[in-house]
Amino acid sequence: MLSPYRVLDLSDSRGIMCGKILADLGANVIAVEPPWGNPSRRAGPFYQDDPDPEKSLFWALNASNKRSVTLDIEKPEGQAVLKRLVKDSHFLIESFNPGYLHELGLGYKQIKKINPALIFVSITAFGQDGPYKDYRALDLTGMALSGMMYLTGDTDRPPVRVTSPQFWVAGGASGAAGAMIANYHRLLTGQGQHVDVSCQQAVARALSHAPMIWDMERYNMKRQGPFRPVGQVNLRINWECKDGYVNFIQPGGHTGGRSMMNLSNWMDEEEMGHRVLRETNWGEIGFGRLGKELLDEMTPPLERFFKTKTKRELADGALKRRILLFPVNDPKDVFEYPQLIARDFFQKVEPPLGPDGQKTMPILGPFIKTGLSPNEAIRRAPRIGQHNDEVYQKEFGLTSRELKKLKEAKAI
Amino acid sequence: MTHPFEGVKVLDFCWVAIGPMTTRYFADFGATVVRIESIHRIDTIRTATPLKNNTPGTNHSAYFANYNSGKHSMALNMGDPRAKDVALELAKWADIVTENFTPGVMEKWGLGYEDLKKVNPNLIMFSASMQGRGGPFSNHPGFGPVLTALSGHTHLTGWPDRTPTSPYGAYTDFLLPRLAVAALGAALDHRRRTGQGVYIDMSQLEGSLYFVADALMDYAGNHRVPVRQGNRHVSHAPHNAYPCQGEDRWCAIGCQNDQDWIALCKVIGRPELAKDKRYATQESRKKHEDEIDKLISAWTHDKDAFDVMHRCQAAGVPAGVVQTCEDLFNDPQFKHRNHYVFLDHKEIGRHAYDGVEFKLSEGHPTYQPSPLLGEHTEWVCKEILGWGDARIKRETESGLLS
Repeated sequence: MLSPYRVLDLSDSRGIMCGKILADLGANVIAVEPPWGNPSRRAGPFYQDDPDPEKSLFWALNASNKRSVTLDIEKPEGQAVLKRLVKDSHFLIESFNPGYLHELGLGYKQIKKINPALIFVSITAFGQDGPYKDYRALDLTGMALSGMMYLTGDTDRPPVRVTSPQFWVAGGASGAAGAMIANYHRLLTGQGQHVDVSCQQAVARALSHAPMIWDMERYNMKRQGPFRPVGQVNLRINWECKDGYVNFIQPGGHTGGRSMMNLSNWMDEEEMGHRVLRETNWGEIGFGRLGKELLDEMTPPLERFFKTKTKRELADGALKRRILLFPVNDPKDVFEYPQLIARDFFQKVEPPLGPDGQKTMPILGPFIKTGLSPNEAIRRAPRIGQHNDEVYQKEFGLTSRELKKLKEAKAI
Repeated sequence: MTHPFEGVKVLDFCWVAIGPMTTRYFADFGATVVRIESIHRIDTIRTATPLKNNTPGTNHSAYFANYNSGKHSMALNMGDPRAKDVALELAKWADIVTENFTPGVMEKWGLGYEDLKKVNPNLIMFSASMQGRGGPFSNHPGFGPVLTALSGHTHLTGWPDRTPTSPYGAYTDFLLPRLAVAALGAALDHRRRTGQGVYIDMSQLEGSLYFVADALMDYAGNHRVPVRQGNRHVSHAPHNAYPCQGEDRWCAIGCQNDQDWIALCKVIGRPELAKDKRYATQESRKKHEDEIDKLISAWTHDKDAFDVMHRCQAAGVPAGVVQTCEDLFNDPQFKHRNHYVFLDHKEIGRHAYDGVEFKLSEGHPTYQPSPLLGEHTEWVCKEILGWGDARIKRETESGLLS
């Protein structure tokens, strides 16, 4: 959908998701990397655990559908080239510390003079200004400051983050949304602008009702481990099964009641049923109206039943019987999940550094399906500077002599 | 200053979280968003806590309000067979139709994409559903943090020796709207250039996978199945939340490299540790992580969490207070960026909404309070449908507009 647009992606691992989204939507996204490679190539996991910048699996996903040129923007020759590129580009994405590009003469205000129609997306932990703008952030400390960590984890242990980075991904996704809003504005006015994303705010918008509960009731929600408060009781949401865990909840209400009745019948068939489950009129318990006494009685038989079956057996049974139960998938389960396979979600690409015997590696498919470009193949992530000639000469019209000079100056 | 989405018209059948948060970006940036809802089938989040005075009421939920600010609410009883024609009239007016029902609901009403395309050939339609259209689990019902269970987030959250917890709330419901807005923005651009409409099908599960991609790619490339590690990092140490003064107060601190560690040793008043061979590299610190955590906790435990953060940051060490929701409302950075916006809602009164997480230099959002159910029914009937007062009165009495 975005095929007419050229995007210069200068971001590192902190902003890399933004360009990936635009690339998946069809934009011509060019990763502009330092000659020694984008810092995010040093981010793991690595293919075969080899920390070669060409073997980052993080890069393999987030730079797929992009192309790569090298450019040292700290050198005057490199800066001159970048200024030339922005003239003929529509978006620029960056995630440097605030002020860094300005010092190089490449900040938004400076670039705007060269191309006032450019949309310049900055993705940083806290935004371009304000008291914390220069604070350093890791995924861990960002998740802490944005409020998510306090709400997550077991009650008797410290709050936790998710063991896979969230903070920058949330900000990168917001950057793509902001870029597309700014793009529509440009369609109407011809004017470009600066999109200044705060990852802290991006995550704070994902706290469900917790901030509103503080605002309205002056109560701080707290972490509940594998339980969630529903009405007067804490309901277990994650349960142990034979080979891992499943997600199951009995919130009451119409759908919840039917689900519970179906589960009870299933347990009866397997001679693992229980009088309380069988005799309770589940249809009469409203949403959030489950009492503590009933909960205490019904829990042990459910625990016993779940432990006799695998996640897959429970999930398949739940599907057949319309029970509100789902597998707690680990990454392997995700790649084998029947729904994702049925929708043909995953694609195959060559692993980093190219054909490895006959092997291919699965990769996430497009985040949406549209009728416009069905079955479009994901293009594997580029090697460092793989498209230097193609992009600099064919698309931007640099001469071979100019390229040679830049190479001599070690700017590309 | 103009509004980026000025003139864009959205007909919004969305409910609960992911859909309404998506269309809120459109309302915030100047689009006209008409929400179709009904007293006969109330959006469940309209009755979800927190509520004004903790009392039930269709217009009392601040949770609902946060995802619906600036929209127009039209009451239309979709159970009434005549509702279909009204909806089709509105679909003619719209640039975008959005919905996130279980697959099949819109089709059952005669309002699927194929139906709508007949009345508005270049319409953009957005459908989100839990697990996407088609496939065995397409219509499987679910509540709450189900998607994080399916996506791998739940498996990766908590402690390796315990049952996983899930990230708080219906977490990915609030992340995916950004992907949806990007896709819809691209569709608007595409249509402007080509005159062609687009149907966008979002599986919330598929989108959620992009937010747990590091762990998934480790499996894809290495067949390794990563497991939740509390706060620990695969290669960095220290990397944890440390107890501070007061009840349940914590500060997260992490060292990305050896320089961070040397700086941290000075901050905690133990510069000699920087020379200790046992802690000299990331690898050796990973081996002695429990000891290191004790050393840091000994320094943090009697200090104010904010003091700990500021002292670490002054030395260039990444640190962040584990902020409560109360802290967020007092956060100096959030205040500077106007993150929380206070608006006067007709029934709830003055209360907080999230502001947009990015600033646009040329297009400020315009925040308006969330609508009461049916607040704009008359406006929509007059201004969009062109109905006269008599017809509006008649259809209100007949129950169609309820």
